[in-house]
Amino acid sequence: MFVTGKGGVGRSTVATALGLLAARHGVRTIVAELAGQERVQRAFERPVGQFEEVELAPGLFTISIDPQRAMEEYLRLKAGPLGSALGSSRLFQAFAMATPGMRELLSVGKLWELAQPRRRTSGAEPYDLVLVDAPATGHGIGLLRTPRTFAEIARVGPIAQLGQEIAATLQDPAQTALVAVCTLEEMAVNETLALEREMRDSGLALAVAIVNARYPQRFDAEDAQRLAELAADSAPPGARGALRAALSAHARTLAQTEQAARLARGLRAPLLELPYLFAEHVGRGELEQLADVLEQALVTSPRRRRTR
Amino acid sequence: MSIAALLEGKRICVCGGAGGVGKTTSAAAIALGMAARGAKVAVVTIDPARRLANALGLEELCNEPRRVAPRRLRVEGLGPVRGELWAMMLDPKRTFDELIERIAPDPGRAHAIKRNRIYAQLSSAVSGSQEFTAIAKLYDLACEDRFDLLVLDTPPSRNALDFLDAPGRLTAFLDGRAMRTFVRPAGAGVRALGRGASPLLSVLRRLTGIDVLAEISTFFALLGDMTEDFSRRAVQVERLLRSERTAFLLVTSAQSEPIDEAIWFGRTLRESGLPFAGVIVNRVHHELPLPAEPSQLAELLSGRLEPSLVARVLENLHDYHVLARRDARNVERLREQLDGQPLILVPQLDDDVHDLAGLAAIVRYLFASADERERMLAEVVC
Repeated sequence: MFVTGKGGVGRSTVATALGLLAARHGVRTIVAELAGQERVQRAFERPVGQFEEVELAPGLFTISIDPQRAMEEYLRLKAGPLGSALGSSRLFQAFAMATPGMRELLSVGKLWELAQPRRRTSGAEPYDLVLVDAPATGHGIGLLRTPRTFAEIARVGPIAQLGQEIAATLQDPAQTALVAVCTLEEMAVNETLALEREMRDSGLALAVAIVNARYPQRFDAEDAQRLAELAADSAPPGARGALRAALSAHARTLAQTEQAARLARGLRAPLLELPYLFAEHVGRGELEQLADVLEQALVTSPRRRRTR
Repeated sequence: MSIAALLEGKRICVCGGAGGVGKTTSAAAIALGMAARGAKVAVVTIDPARRLANALGLEELCNEPRRVAPRRLRVEGLGPVRGELWAMMLDPKRTFDELIERIAPDPGRAHAIKRNRIYAQLSSAVSGSQEFTAIAKLYDLACEDRFDLLVLDTPPSRNALDFLDAPGRLTAFLDGRAMRTFVRPAGAGVRALGRGASPLLSVLRRLTGIDVLAEISTFFALLGDMTEDFSRRAVQVERLLRSERTAFLLVTSAQSEPIDEAIWFGRTLRESGLPFAGVIVNRVHHELPLPAEPSQLAELLSGRLEPSLVARVLENLHDYHVLARRDARNVERLREQLDGQPLILVPQLDDDVHDLAGLAAIVRYLFASADERERMLAEVVC
């Protein structure tokens, strides 16, 4: 399951909350990060490790995928000691890492390996679900296309074969799903709609779009008017800040409502919503809270989802 | 410190930062503010919001800066714009194609390169092409010397550092030195990989299949001497970015993760010796002045508003303060980690910026002196 979306919309947070939910239901899950930021590990206050499968909670793992390490692993597995020698050659590393698309191919290759029922990595247990904290929308799509492109360039040989195999997995809706995360801002909504269109053109469907960080709607138009009047003339000193914050929140919820309507009009995929978290830090507790909301929407009352 | 002071004597301003922090808006506001002060400024945007693009008169990708009509710049709160504002929306594929056309010795060669599949991969889908072409465009515009100031918005990436790494990676590829060791250009390269090749090369061939190497080999054969042009350009680009007339501004929001990233990015800029000029922190929730006791506030309001509305105002205020505390802590953390580089804070505004009036509001904060900013904040929060 690829979780994608514009920068800053909370992809890591949503991917991890989905992971928590899956693990709660006995699905052995790994959240894979690609940008080398180890955000998931940090949210769980774990010592940060690279390229290791770390258990965060019962049945929930994480890994941070580094293309270079992925390459070394691949070479070792495919060609033994000679492969290791090649992988540790600095010149070869420079060559491989500079080859366009190679980093993406190696990252996707590792994701694919994680998802195999029989793991190549010796002693590694298989996962039921691999949640990918994918790069921002545009790059994310590039990532999904890379195996096919390589398969086409290579035509025959091991890369072609692997590329075709991975591409087939990614294109199969029974095996792979794409989840879009967005906030109710113009750009994020545009990207989500564009993503769905682009996927449709390649014969794929967006599994679900998750709206993150929706503000609570505390004030209606009438309330806002009263608050504005009070703020304008007779507000007692000391209360102005509070009125100002309320009016500001109202303006923002209005803007969000407008974007939510635009998203709902343009989108075919089902929509889910997560609340804005008024928290200083998104840690385990906040992630569990979001998993609760997702559970409510996806597991407890799935009918709401179908009727949308 | 105001942006005008930071950019004194600069010809290039690069705005870097993680995705979703208001980078494009900041870049556009910087350009607008400097134009208002009399400079001829071009802003190179990567992927602006549609409404902001329209406001700048950018209906589509265009590879040359276009002047924003002076009548559009007459907006409230900005004052007369004495200089010129130009804007463009980068088209990476076209920039790449144009670069090839310019460097290629003849049109036939350019055509052949553009049809090569390695080139297709290089110039489009793959991350890195936006970064590479953005810098290429910046360099070309700087060489043309038509503008007093160029403001570059950097591509939306997960990781702010991609922007610094990606062009280098691509140049390393185009430069071809590492590559030539493995794949000799022309047919000879493919033969060299056959009999008599080193054990490592035969492993490589076994792993990739001959066609990948052949395609790469063809690509480099087509590039020929052009690889040297790429290397030469890379050296000049590097010099331009390190010049004292260039300023890197870091843009972030006040949330924890972007601040972490800003700290990391700032450190990298300093370590790589790039001219790091300051940080813009967007969407800051400033502390609101309050009576000492929350109960006092309820009393103040209860005579004038119905109880349920008072309760909701207080609830909202409570949430606001969680964010204000968070932002204050994050900004403090950032300040501690910086090496004395100035911080410019822009408050959380009620709506996304999508027109020139919105930009003008940001300009007021970015270009205010410290005292003016204090005064403006006092207006906003009280």
